[in-house]
Amino acid sequence: MEFAYTDEERMMLQMARNFAEKEVKPIAKEVDKEHKYPADNVKKMGELGLMGVSVPVEYEGSGMSTICYAIAMEEISRHCASTGVIMSVNNSLACDPIKIFGTEEQKKKYLANMASGRKLGCLGLTESNAGSDAANLSTVAVLDGDEWVINGRKIFITNGNEADYCVLIAATDKSQGHRGISAFIVELDNPGFSVGTLEDKLGIRGSSTAELVFEDCRIPKENLLGKVGKGFKVALTTLDGGRIGIASQALGIARAAIEDAAAYAKERVQFGKPIAKLQAIQWMLADLSTHYEAARLLTHRAAYLKDQGQPFGKEAAMAKLMAAETAMKAGTQGIQILGGYGYTTDYPLERYFRDAKITEIYEGTSEVMRLVIAANILN
Amino acid sequence: MKIVACIKQTFDTEAKIVVGGDGQISDEGVNLIVNPYDEYAVEEAIRTKEKDGGEVVVVTVGGDKTQEALRYCLAMGADRAVLINDPVLAGAGSYGISVALAKLLSEKEAGFDIIFAGKEAVDDGAAQVPSRLAEKLDLAQANVVTAFELSDGKATATCEIDGGSETLEMALPALISAQKGLNEVRYPSLPGIMKAKRKPLEVVTLADLGLSADDVAAKVELVVAELPPARMAGQRLTGEVDEVVAKLVQLLQDEAKVI
Repeated sequence: MEFAYTDEERMMLQMARNFAEKEVKPIAKEVDKEHKYPADNVKKMGELGLMGVSVPVEYEGSGMSTICYAIAMEEISRHCASTGVIMSVNNSLACDPIKIFGTEEQKKKYLANMASGRKLGCLGLTESNAGSDAANLSTVAVLDGDEWVINGRKIFITNGNEADYCVLIAATDKSQGHRGISAFIVELDNPGFSVGTLEDKLGIRGSSTAELVFEDCRIPKENLLGKVGKGFKVALTTLDGGRIGIASQALGIARAAIEDAAAYAKERVQFGKPIAKLQAIQWMLADLSTHYEAARLLTHRAAYLKDQGQPFGKEAAMAKLMAAETAMKAGTQGIQILGGYGYTTDYPLERYFRDAKITEIYEGTSEVMRLVIAANILN
Repeated sequence: MKIVACIKQTFDTEAKIVVGGDGQISDEGVNLIVNPYDEYAVEEAIRTKEKDGGEVVVVTVGGDKTQEALRYCLAMGADRAVLINDPVLAGAGSYGISVALAKLLSEKEAGFDIIFAGKEAVDDGAAQVPSRLAEKLDLAQANVVTAFELSDGKATATCEIDGGSETLEMALPALISAQKGLNEVRYPSLPGIMKAKRKPLEVVTLADLGLSADDVAAKVELVVAELPPARMAGQRLTGEVDEVVAKLVQLLQDEAKVI
């Protein structure tokens, strides 16, 4: 077993940490408060290779490991979970399915544009009646000559308002259930596409959460991603990888809350001494740090298995479950350590708390994570 | 054009300084970085190359760990690196380091057009090596440089001086020591980090350079390192004005020793 960073992991950590502290942190509060998409930083992240970390160099990605991706995701999310999820969706939910299931032409045309950061991607999966029950789709794609005609609505789509491309999951044969689902690549400047409602949210307010509306949206036949009827597998495989990204995002949020609460506890004097000297505070920080480290090991192991080409679905689910619950707990207790100050917007703890909640919900709720884990160990 | 950047690996500027029982500063568990002033030097070297072509060679003196700092510079965009790694140099001060660098740059890596270095290292703050190196190599030098330009084989550098700035013009080869403000340092990109792994990093010893231990023997001995004394709580003087003033004057004379 090897727990040390490689040279490239160490350098990438240093770079991502510097970038996050100097470029991401200063605007994080404003991004949250104003619902402001951090366009400039997303552009810079594209130039630095952060939008296609694990995409091969031949498709203009950085050609790095999934572990590197996890490290970078954590560092960016340490200061801004909104920026983190924008990065995660482009890497995991848009680039990854095309990298795995795409044709050579699709990789050259779409993957390279997204991995380099020139274009932004999203994944169109969730619908109003297809959340955790992801196969129950009503968006349909019908082949008409040389084109697929898409009709339906997707909701809660991260990056939906800014994305140039969408990896879309739609039913091609509703009688077949999840075997009648297919995946597509849709260019979103299509006249049959429009952005519907934008959600106002508790957290990750700098990233858009949009409704995607497809009305007789015609796309070329060759924009089918993978095979007809295999779209559900594309979705599940994509989400397995995505969970490593979200677990890393949750790790970043958890670490933010722990570090800020620990720094405060060392400064805040009550009863004549810093509250960090009080066992009640020490135990909270000790437990949180332990959960954080455990979640981090799970996350990096899932990333390692993915890099080795081994099954990693169970490990990714465990990582996301543990990291998300740790982030939520760290947000709650972090505020508790700061007391009344933690409840105000003068400190970022309340933002960490609000940002943490989504990690227990998106890309599979904590309940679905338990379902995946249980299915893996009982089957 | 052959462009050289001299760097030093230093403690992270946020590192907690611990003095060990031997009276020396301990580097245990300390995060090491490229000296921030040297980053400006590497950045300027890369920019010069991007504008005028050529190659950027990063050079340093250090131990095995120092390779990380060199790789970081390669990831930023330097072409190759040379590390002078010799146990004899572990305790060498500015003198020994400039002797070793001068030898490297006058023989093995001869033929450079310009050398960039940081104006000083943030650890010992000695600011000795750039000037010593320029003297040994008999180069024109500009120090504490905040603006630099190269045209028609002539270098123009703006230097910070007391109460203002001065602009120097010099023929190449020359040495430029960088001050904050010279440029904005880039982040190494991820593809840059991947490429850095395959770029040449050569390690040479003193023997390879034809130097002996005597040649680089330290001219200065570090006797002991001490942390600054902990800050004391302030004193509040109370009472009648005359008494307070008298007391204050006495404290300023006897304790603070400022008047």
